[in-house]
Amino acid sequence: MKLMWFHLMPYTELPDDFREKHPSVWVDIHSSLFDPKRAHRMYNDFMDELEYAAECGFDAICVNEHHSNGYGLMPSPNLIAAALARRTRETPICVMGNSLALYNPPTRVAEEFAMIDVISGGRLIAGFPVGTPMDTCYAYGQNPSMLRERYLEAHDLVIRAWTETETFAFNGRFNQQRYVNIWPRPVQKPHPPVWIPGGGSVETWRWCAEMDYVYCYLSYYGYKAGKAIMDGFWAEMDRLGKDRNPYRAGFLQFVGVAETRAQAMELYREPAEYFYGRCLHVDGRWATPPGYMTEATQRAGLSSQVARAAGADSTLGKGTQERFAGTAKDMQGIVERGYVVVGSPDEVAEQLREVAKSLNVGHFMLLLQFGNMGKELTRYNTRLFAEKVMPQLRDLFSDWEDRWWPKPMGRAERALPADFVAAPQALAAE
Amino acid sequence: MSEPEVFFVELNGVPTRVWRKGSGPRIGFLAGFGGLPRWIPFLDRLAERRTVVVPSLPGFPGGGRGHAQLDDHLDWVLAARRLVGLAGLDGADLVGSSVGGALAAEVAAIWPETVRRLALIAPFGLFDEAEPPADPWAQRADAVPALLCADPENWRRLKAPPEGADAIEWPIEQTRASEAAARFLWPLGNTRLAKRLPLIQAPTLLLWGEQDRVMPRSYAARFARAIAGPSETRLVPGAGHLAELDRPDEVAAAILAWTA
Repeated sequence: MKLMWFHLMPYTELPDDFREKHPSVWVDIHSSLFDPKRAHRMYNDFMDELEYAAECGFDAICVNEHHSNGYGLMPSPNLIAAALARRTRETPICVMGNSLALYNPPTRVAEEFAMIDVISGGRLIAGFPVGTPMDTCYAYGQNPSMLRERYLEAHDLVIRAWTETETFAFNGRFNQQRYVNIWPRPVQKPHPPVWIPGGGSVETWRWCAEMDYVYCYLSYYGYKAGKAIMDGFWAEMDRLGKDRNPYRAGFLQFVGVAETRAQAMELYREPAEYFYGRCLHVDGRWATPPGYMTEATQRAGLSSQVARAAGADSTLGKGTQERFAGTAKDMQGIVERGYVVVGSPDEVAEQLREVAKSLNVGHFMLLLQFGNMGKELTRYNTRLFAEKVMPQLRDLFSDWEDRWWPKPMGRAERALPADFVAAPQALAAE
Repeated sequence: MSEPEVFFVELNGVPTRVWRKGSGPRIGFLAGFGGLPRWIPFLDRLAERRTVVVPSLPGFPGGGRGHAQLDDHLDWVLAARRLVGLAGLDGADLVGSSVGGALAAEVAAIWPETVRRLALIAPFGLFDEAEPPADPWAQRADAVPALLCADPENWRRLKAPPEGADAIEWPIEQTRASEAAARFLWPLGNTRLAKRLPLIQAPTLLLWGEQDRVMPRSYAARFARAIAGPSETRLVPGAGHLAELDRPDEVAAAILAWTA
């Protein structure tokens, strides 16, 4: 199976009384909380951590997009991905992803992803989320009633921009462009693998099956809440006559590894409580704006067995307010409810093996940095996972082919960024 | 309170509900935020003296999913104009509240012969950065009733599922009404109506709930200044944004007097 290292890039210095004094981590989080000089350190630490994860042998490094958000400092994940493309050699880069409806024209996404794919020599995974209500409708002012239609149309435009060889006119409902002809073109043919992060809507599952895309369930609430969603996904694949190739799916999971479980509980308590207590403190005003959720999904949320089976942490058919209100915020609850998997390497490996099998998920996107976790602990968690956990999971699903993985250029064909480190010293010596 | 006559007109292929009740000269009503999931006392007051005709706006209760094919402002304005005609309201008096007010004003501005006399209840359509309207789509659920009505019970009564209502479809229909308004007005409620107000020739009554917590009262003066025809502004004591829900008698009486 594939073990991917995911960074949200949370601002790590939200005050202790953040929840009491501030209404929301998202949309209207106050600018006075942001210290650019501290953030300079954070960005550089975070990029070090992503590069370190690549060094340690994770299958991919992942970044994502958020706006006006205190736990996600990447309004443009493409900037980070471009930097990572230069500082890593082999590791695929998963941009999870670009919210298509936010780009005008959407060919911007086709261009930037093509640039990353070309610079990295074909290592890009192209994620296309609709985007959360907070990011899209509030921070970016998109109309919730048209967001999904715009998203789907932008998707069609991007795929055509990647694949059509002649300049073409795009005559869409929302986008009209007379001359579409992006330059550069992606290395990967026909285009980089497309992954779709989504909630639990059956429309998304069907669309992923139809397009042969990877479906990713990126919830912060772990495998217990995710189980019902993934069961629903596989039931739908069965209905559509698709195989149960676990690489059709991706799943996000927080993990904290230490020598022992007790030590892990101690080490990861603060960052976990920081994340679930402060980072997910979102004002109920930014609840699902009307139209963001399709009526079919509302119906499912109001009526279906799936929502009930998923329990309190299910996101299905729920607005932001409902989602964040009932969640655990103390370490005991966080671990009991499965948001964060903690333990010794063997315990974590055993749990994740079970989770992967039970959810039938071939791509784990692992959050080994979360909340205000510092650089040292992040490195420790990352290294321990790479050395002691990863080998125990590698063989899983080895009888399936991952058809959705990047196909980079051959090593011999790829450029090697120049190393100038020695030059200034040499000059100084003269 | 007796039920109105119901009939359906086809707007862009979507069967759209029209209510009609009373006798006398026709007067039309375009509903405000949330639409009309049920008949309300305000309409009865109008029907005591007039033939009141209430076409549902696209996506509002009774308007199906008509909003889903309206992609821009021109689509919305044409839909409103066609609804007025299909409902048999050409040349009649027209009342619009809130969201419906923004559309009634457009119809009166662009097709002056369509509207005899106009009454607008705290209409959307303008936006002043110094004094922005409240954002009705960025509210905690429990704050919505008191935002829209001076007496929150009036909003709750409008939206409470009647006996026998479908427990799943009813809430979806209410969300749809809010979505339709968002589709038309997101994100600021600024339809650039200000450009067209000088085209309104119809005598216009501006009604504003004294406790309107959505639309600042100063907007009444902006409307009054810009409208070409004669206008009069009246505050409605004890009423919030949807004044016709809070003070049905007073609002109806003012409108009946204006259009007499």
